[in-house]
Amino acid sequence: MPTMNMIQALNSALDVKLNDDPNVLIFGEDVGYFGGVFRVTEGLQKKYGATRCFDAPIAEGGIVAAAIGMGAYGLRPVVEIQFADYIYPAYDQLVSEAARLRYRSAGDFTAPLTVRSPYGGGIFGGQTHSQSVEALFTHVAGLKTVIPSTPYDAKGLLIAAIEDDDPVIFLEPKRIYNGPFDGHHERPVQPWSKHPASEVPEGRYTVPLGQAAVVREGADVTVLAYGTMVHVALASAAEAGVDAEVIDLRTLIPLDIETVQASVKKTGRCVIVHEATRTSGFGAELSALVQEHCFFHLEAPIERVTGWDTPYPHAFEWDYFPGPARVIAALRRVMEG
Amino acid sequence: MARASKAAPKPDPKTAEGMTASPDEQFAWYRSMLLIRRFEERAGQLYGMGLIGGFCHLYIGQEAIAVGMQSIAHSGDQVITGYRDHGHMLAAGMDPRAVMAELTGRAPGSARGKGGSMHMFDVQAGFYGGHGIVGAQVPIGTGLALANKYRGKPNVCFTYLGDGAANQGQVFEAMNMAALWKLPVVYVIENNQYAMGTSVERATAETHLYRRGAAFNIEGAEVDGMDIEAVRDAGARAAEHARSGGGPFVLEMKTYRYRGHSMSDPAKYRTREEVDEVRKTRDPIDHFRERLEARGLGDETRFKDIDAEVKKIVADAAEFARTAPEPDPRELYTDVYAEA
Ligand SMILES: Cc1ncc(C[n+]2csc(CCOP(=O)(O)OP(=O)(O)O)c2C)c(N)n1
Ligand SMILES: [Mg+2]
Repeated sequence: MPTMNMIQALNSALDVKLNDDPNVLIFGEDVGYFGGVFRVTEGLQKKYGATRCFDAPIAEGGIVAAAIGMGAYGLRPVVEIQFADYIYPAYDQLVSEAARLRYRSAGDFTAPLTVRSPYGGGIFGGQTHSQSVEALFTHVAGLKTVIPSTPYDAKGLLIAAIEDDDPVIFLEPKRIYNGPFDGHHERPVQPWSKHPASEVPEGRYTVPLGQAAVVREGADVTVLAYGTMVHVALASAAEAGVDAEVIDLRTLIPLDIETVQASVKKTGRCVIVHEATRTSGFGAELSALVQEHCFFHLEAPIERVTGWDTPYPHAFEWDYFPGPARVIAALRRVMEG
Repeated sequence: MARASKAAPKPDPKTAEGMTASPDEQFAWYRSMLLIRRFEERAGQLYGMGLIGGFCHLYIGQEAIAVGMQSIAHSGDQVITGYRDHGHMLAAGMDPRAVMAELTGRAPGSARGKGGSMHMFDVQAGFYGGHGIVGAQVPIGTGLALANKYRGKPNVCFTYLGDGAANQGQVFEAMNMAALWKLPVVYVIENNQYAMGTSVERATAETHLYRRGAAFNIEGAEVDGMDIEAVRDAGARAAEHARSGGGPFVLEMKTYRYRGHSMSDPAKYRTREEVDEVRKTRDPIDHFRERLEARGLGDETRFKDIDAEVKKIVADAAEFARTAPEPDPRELYTDVYAEA
């Protein structure tokens, strides 16, 4: 089986869908001729032509809105928003139109578009190239929000997202495009080729939306994570010497609450980690759900390890990024609690 | 200037005829352009050494625009631009140390290390950023112009944007408001022919960007942005138009960026020859130097002195930025709200 990094796996997913389904089109800023700033669409215009994979002007609102119209007519556009930080001009269209088209038309019209967008920190991107925007979309009924953490999942989830009949926000943790960064910025990152999840089949397969993965089994505490933080959580669990169970949510909406509650009922403790700012972050929703579903099983208060409630600064990259030191401290606190 | 015309006749390159600027002023522009060039080259080196992290967009090749426009600005005029902002800041008179230290994320940086390359401000210098979101500065600059008008100030806001930014929806919203309310704003479109890896032809149906405001009856002119005197000439007329109540004006500056879009750009979308050709035949600094020489204004020593002075300023800024302290971690939480 070929070995792929996350960029290659995503490229392969797009390749499969362009090949399978003439209704799939790809467009966005620099995705055609140039092949995308992160090279996710490299070679696709050459292979499928400029009617299937093409460049758009810098106009995020227009890009997403055009995709909604195309979707309403039965196409399955996959658009790239170059960085999640640039998605706000398209927010109106995503919230007011894409998310509600089905509801508003009683099912006559739908918007089966996929919006791919690299997100997250750890790359010294500062305020406008580091943000984690997931909670802005999980808050909106009608949108699905997906975040992979390995090449294998990235491909399978992206194919599932494209085939899904509803609008999907597909957020790609750009810090782990090339390797499973675990928060130890002082060490070189291993390439994906050393990780088992870099074995990616050539052809079509899906990882269904709404299924979390238990990526480390443990008895004492459940860690809920997604994206880059899955790898930070795994490293932290190993280093803390705590028997932690790590769950990679993979899809935030729809959320696999069964897997979450089964785990927390077993361990009695829960730590939630995400890069996004804390207040009204997705961790707040997770915390509320765990409390509702597992209250009588909890042995310690639920902990959240998150970004700070500030814009993402240029300096202080590693003070801001919730790395292993902070996750380990939280694991210790819940074990003592 | 005719509406949506290619106005701005070129000054005669051979003589000082028609130039009201003194030799000293002309040398000041030369110095200012050279300072930006050398500053950017050094920033590129610091980036290569890992002292500057993240994103860094160099202004090399476009120096005549920021310097030329600044040279016709009045005191109190404002400047606002996107993320390719180091040149505008230096032209506006910001301290090279503060700019370089912001690039390295240090405490004495102009945003105390929290903004970085794309997000710097200096209200003292009339510089309103430094905006990382493409196009975002355009309506904000329009708002600055509205504030000028409301306060009865005789000032203009020079609102810079790229050829790629000219396609962003909010640019059109801003232009309509500016025309509707006759705001003193000059939109300076720096057309360097590429938005990241996408050329102008692949991104816009109307490649004559000086016509961007045509739907709102905004006058526009195409300008050789590699010629500082052409920039000054067109800039002065556009600013006068805006300042005297005529409303907005669009200047399309034809220019070129020599370096990659940012430091991590493989630049596969254009050829080495294309870049070399522009460097060889249109370089704004070389050209202006030749013109000064042709006018008999400068001898070798004067150019050498400027070279040496600029070199020293840049070396000092780099050393300062390398050795300045990192910000106090408590700074993380300041300036989120009025009170921390
Ligand atoms: C809203 C938004 N979309 C996309 C980007 C990514 N991006 C940064 S610069 C750039 C190209 C802009 O080109 P242009 O306006 O011509 O300016 P230049 O870089 O040539 O100075 C793009 C697409 C961004 N920063 N913000
Ligand atoms: Mg450009």
